[in-house]
Amino acid sequence: MNIAQAYLKPEEKAVFLLRSLYRSFGYLPYKMSKFEEYDLYMRHKEFLKSDRIITFNDADGKLMALKPDVTLSIVKNGENQPGGKQKVCYNENVYRVSPSTHQFREILQTGLECIGDVDLYDLYEVLELAVKSLAMLSEDFILSVSHVGILTGLFEAWQVPGKAQTGLVRCISEKNIHEMGPICDEFGLSDRAREGMMLLPALDGELLPTLKALEDHLEGETAKAAWDELYALANLFRGSEYENKIRLNLSLVDDMKYYNGLVFKGYLAGIWESVLSGGRYDTLPQRMGRKAGAVGFAVYMDLLENLPGRERESDVDVLLLYPEGADTAVVAGKVRELQAAGKTVSAQKTIPEKLRYKTLCRLEGEEKA
Amino acid sequence: MINVALPKGRLGEKVYKLFAAAGYECPEILENNRKLIFENTEKGVRYFWVKPSDVSIYVERGAADIGVAGKDILLEYQPEVYEMLDWGFGKCRMAVAGYKDFYDDGTRTLRVATKFTNITKNYYASKGREIDIIKLNGSIELAPILSLSDVIVDIVETGTTLKENNLDVLETVVPISARLIVNKASYTFKTAAISEIVRQIKEQVTQND
Repeated sequence: MNIAQAYLKPEEKAVFLLRSLYRSFGYLPYKMSKFEEYDLYMRHKEFLKSDRIITFNDADGKLMALKPDVTLSIVKNGENQPGGKQKVCYNENVYRVSPSTHQFREILQTGLECIGDVDLYDLYEVLELAVKSLAMLSEDFILSVSHVGILTGLFEAWQVPGKAQTGLVRCISEKNIHEMGPICDEFGLSDRAREGMMLLPALDGELLPTLKALEDHLEGETAKAAWDELYALANLFRGSEYENKIRLNLSLVDDMKYYNGLVFKGYLAGIWESVLSGGRYDTLPQRMGRKAGAVGFAVYMDLLENLPGRERESDVDVLLLYPEGADTAVVAGKVRELQAAGKTVSAQKTIPEKLRYKTLCRLEGEEKA
Repeated sequence: MINVALPKGRLGEKVYKLFAAAGYECPEILENNRKLIFENTEKGVRYFWVKPSDVSIYVERGAADIGVAGKDILLEYQPEVYEMLDWGFGKCRMAVAGYKDFYDDGTRTLRVATKFTNITKNYYASKGREIDIIKLNGSIELAPILSLSDVIVDIVETGTTLKENNLDVLETVVPISARLIVNKASYTFKTAAISEIVRQIKEQVTQND
């Protein structure tokens, strides 16, 4: 019997599968402490999803925090290797406030980071690992990608003032075209900027054709360089089994403070929000004094509980009922016999109210449930 | 199948009529019965009525692919959804109201009564004004009358209730109208179907303007 298939929950199986995938690409497991000095998060709070952190005083009085994030610790503890790359994978709990309940939650994250002299191959490898991760979790998945440089480059070329950028980024992330007009009017943006800006939220579709549709609207070196990088990546996936699973979505702009290049989010059919999130984040290692670029992603394992079709039909294969005063050796022997036949067994004296079983087996005979 | 969460009440009925005019009809929905879910399998749509303030929750959590919610709810709860269309009706505004002659001299913390604590917090934070938020669930207009607060932040349609109580709009916080919202994951998997619905609805909204 395949133990993993029989007993592990989908999210537990996923942890093993993903780890073996990442190891096969040379990503070494990275184990870290549950705690970090609170000061680390305070100095870099712009890189955190939320500034609400669980803190406590360590035995020596130092203010500590339960990790709200994994990447900060990995970047902090890594070493610079000129021309080299640190490739690590992890499986860690983080503690964050849920936006819906406003309570702290323990979230299991699996992911990887590539930190160092990041080049096009590394971007391709991380994107391939992201898409392969999704494929391992479900047959029906989509990886949406974008590049922060496209929007920042267009803002630059169209001379969009900072205050207008905030509102426009929100509108693009919401695919909210109707509120873009008033913002463009308020800040006196050119007709060209206005038309171009309103086109961006609608650019959501298969990677290569949608990139082609975007090409004619590009302006400025930064936006063109970002487009070239995405186009090069798209070409590397051309003809692969994942080609039609990767889409361009220019609304992926909500983490622009954190990411500075490629960004992506992965979706599984039946789960209402993205289960995978990642991208290129050179600003963080550079802020920490490392001469390095970085790219990585995290898979939110707790969301996998919601994958459709994981409901079990029964809790055990056999409910073994034995009478009061039954010979313990006989009961134990029967349990062993059933287990040897590959069945799961619950030995009880009465039928538990909430236990679902396939077969009821009394020591004196068997009957179907 | 595209699931659509409609807000109970007149707004939802008006919205449904536009869905129907756009070709996504489900006549059963207008019958006076106790059914909760109405389906037109041929058109691939399924409607259900929910409390207006719950629409964004149904959409954010993917129980509905599409929904119709007021901008006030979207600003207050900031659900992770796409906001793809302004219906152009259900128009009103979120406003600061109080006694006509109320003057905020800025020397003490401003006491603000409201149902919409996030909108209020963000509005005054953007002005750098320190406030004491008093969260109420109804009859907000009573608060300044009984000196519970200096001003209120609430939705104002005609302003009649305010006027009848000697109150008036002092500042507009943000204009409000009904919006069409879409779950992000649903849009990713059902882009063509959802885009087509949005396009058809947009046509109807433009015709009605």
